[in-house]
Amino acid sequence: MDRLQALFINPVLNKEIKLRFRSFKNFLGIFLFLAVCGAVCLAFIYIETQFTHDGFTSSDSKNLFMLLSMGQLGLIVFITPGLTAGTISGEREKQTLNIMLTTQQSSTSIILSKLFSSVLFLILMLIASLPLYSIVFLYGGVSPQMVFVTFGYQLLTMLTIGSLGVMFSTISRKTMVSTITTYGMMLFLVVGTVILFFITVRLIIGFQQGSTGVSQSSNIFPYLILILNPAVAMFASFDSNMFMYEFQQLGIDWPLWKGFTLGYIAITMFSLLIAINRLRPRMRAKTKIKKKG
Amino acid sequence: MIEIINLTKRYGSFTALENLNLTIDKGTVFGFVGPNGAGKSTTFSILATLLAPTKGTAYVNGFDVTKNPKQVRKHIGYVPDFFGVYDQFKVHEYLDFYGASYSIPTSERKTIIPQLLELVNLTEKTDAYVDLLSRGMKQRLCLARALIHDPEVLILDEPASGLDPRARVEMRGILRELKNMDKTIIISSHILPELSEICDELGVIENGKLIANGNVNQIEHQLQAQKILMVTVKENIEQAIAFFEDDSNVLEIDQDQQNQQLLKLSYQGSDDQQVELLKKAIGVGIPILTLGQKQTNLEDIFMEITKGDE
Repeated sequence: MDRLQALFINPVLNKEIKLRFRSFKNFLGIFLFLAVCGAVCLAFIYIETQFTHDGFTSSDSKNLFMLLSMGQLGLIVFITPGLTAGTISGEREKQTLNIMLTTQQSSTSIILSKLFSSVLFLILMLIASLPLYSIVFLYGGVSPQMVFVTFGYQLLTMLTIGSLGVMFSTISRKTMVSTITTYGMMLFLVVGTVILFFITVRLIIGFQQGSTGVSQSSNIFPYLILILNPAVAMFASFDSNMFMYEFQQLGIDWPLWKGFTLGYIAITMFSLLIAINRLRPRMRAKTKIKKKG
Repeated sequence: MIEIINLTKRYGSFTALENLNLTIDKGTVFGFVGPNGAGKSTTFSILATLLAPTKGTAYVNGFDVTKNPKQVRKHIGYVPDFFGVYDQFKVHEYLDFYGASYSIPTSERKTIIPQLLELVNLTEKTDAYVDLLSRGMKQRLCLARALIHDPEVLILDEPASGLDPRARVEMRGILRELKNMDKTIIISSHILPELSEICDELGVIENGKLIANGNVNQIEHQLQAQKILMVTVKENIEQAIAFFEDDSNVLEIDQDQQNQQLLKLSYQGSDDQQVELLKKAIGVGIPILTLGQKQTNLEDIFMEITKGDE
């Protein structure tokens, strides 16, 4: 228990939180974020009440919730790489990493602390925005369960992107390189996966329709591509009919959220393992002593 | 105690360190000297478990750096040649963070930190932001940081580089205090006189190889193939020159331009042979007024042997 506690509550995490939250610009960032979210909510309600005949209905409330949630997901996808891609390489560039690596802190503890301290700021932003959701609850249409599920999606997306950022930051020596790589990866996950999905689906369906007398078998490849997209996965939780036609054609009946959850947990663990292994050098000499005879 | 055995580090075809063997006893202040790129920082990085050797190993207080790096980290305090600081930390917070990183309880840290700040003369800067300290102060703070867990071995890579003369003197004073605390210190510099003053032993490294090792006198012996004997005769200078020319250990005779009675002999014989030469000279009636050996300038010798790298 103590060891587990030491992994999450440790000097590196305390230091990171202290340094990060001591800066005024972070508080200014949260203030501006809430101001924008609040303005979006008010503008949405104003438009719905002033320019439609039925006023602000529970359906509008759900749409507002979806708009806010997707906006926040966009924010996570956009900000997380910037917050995490310099965690290790930044220390290396500031010449503080070597000193940290000679302390008793384990590699696991350093990597996890770096990840959590980076995403904690975003979590704070999400929590700070929760009162805005109370506006949605006033008009109905959204269950508390839906809010928790959405929050879960956002949290998992944040952790996965953060882990990728920390991994690239550990592997590459320059923050610039790791930041570009992480953003490139985000572009692939958000845009590239959708394009690739439609290409593969069209190819597979076209091939199946073109071939006669061959029994249709399920093809999981497009599904595996799509589960990598956090926006699609979250949107599918709002609209269960999304991509139903394509999935029926492919013979897949597994819900998207299951694949997304498992896939993102796997990516997170893989990225963290790589980062932990690559943080410190393997001290064992590579050259083996050859035995005579 | 530090024991380095056949330590080798290669980067592709470049050999940064080649079969380095060295033993540093407990409580010794060992100076590692060599030109830039000689392999000092590579050795220190391996000792600090920051770099894996290609071959060989090193032991710190009996722990193998390749097999027990975690144990080694417990026993060392490392000050790298270049280091950064967390600019939004105050001096006491900086030390507190590293104290916590070594799992030192909060109550102990509260006692240790003021003591360390006093040791490095930074007591009045305890609430100052680290980023606002001068380079000399940052160096001293980094030294205090390296001492936070009371390590037995200190690895100091160029701790005085970039410091002004006053800061250098202060740093030497602190190192003397640490020496009195019976710490084993391995310290590097490319400036020899800086080390010869405070070190018990020196090691001279060049192109990744240890070319001399021992105390200052032993280093002189190892590095210097010949010595300069200063002989002043009262009269008959020609007879004296002829006599010394006959000795096979006298390589060169230089007559001083200002003091014509002074001869400078480049001599390669042993101490016993030198005694014999003096006895013989007096025996043949050379009126020797004074005989002395020119004080060796260790730095000159060092510059001479490493001049190929410049």
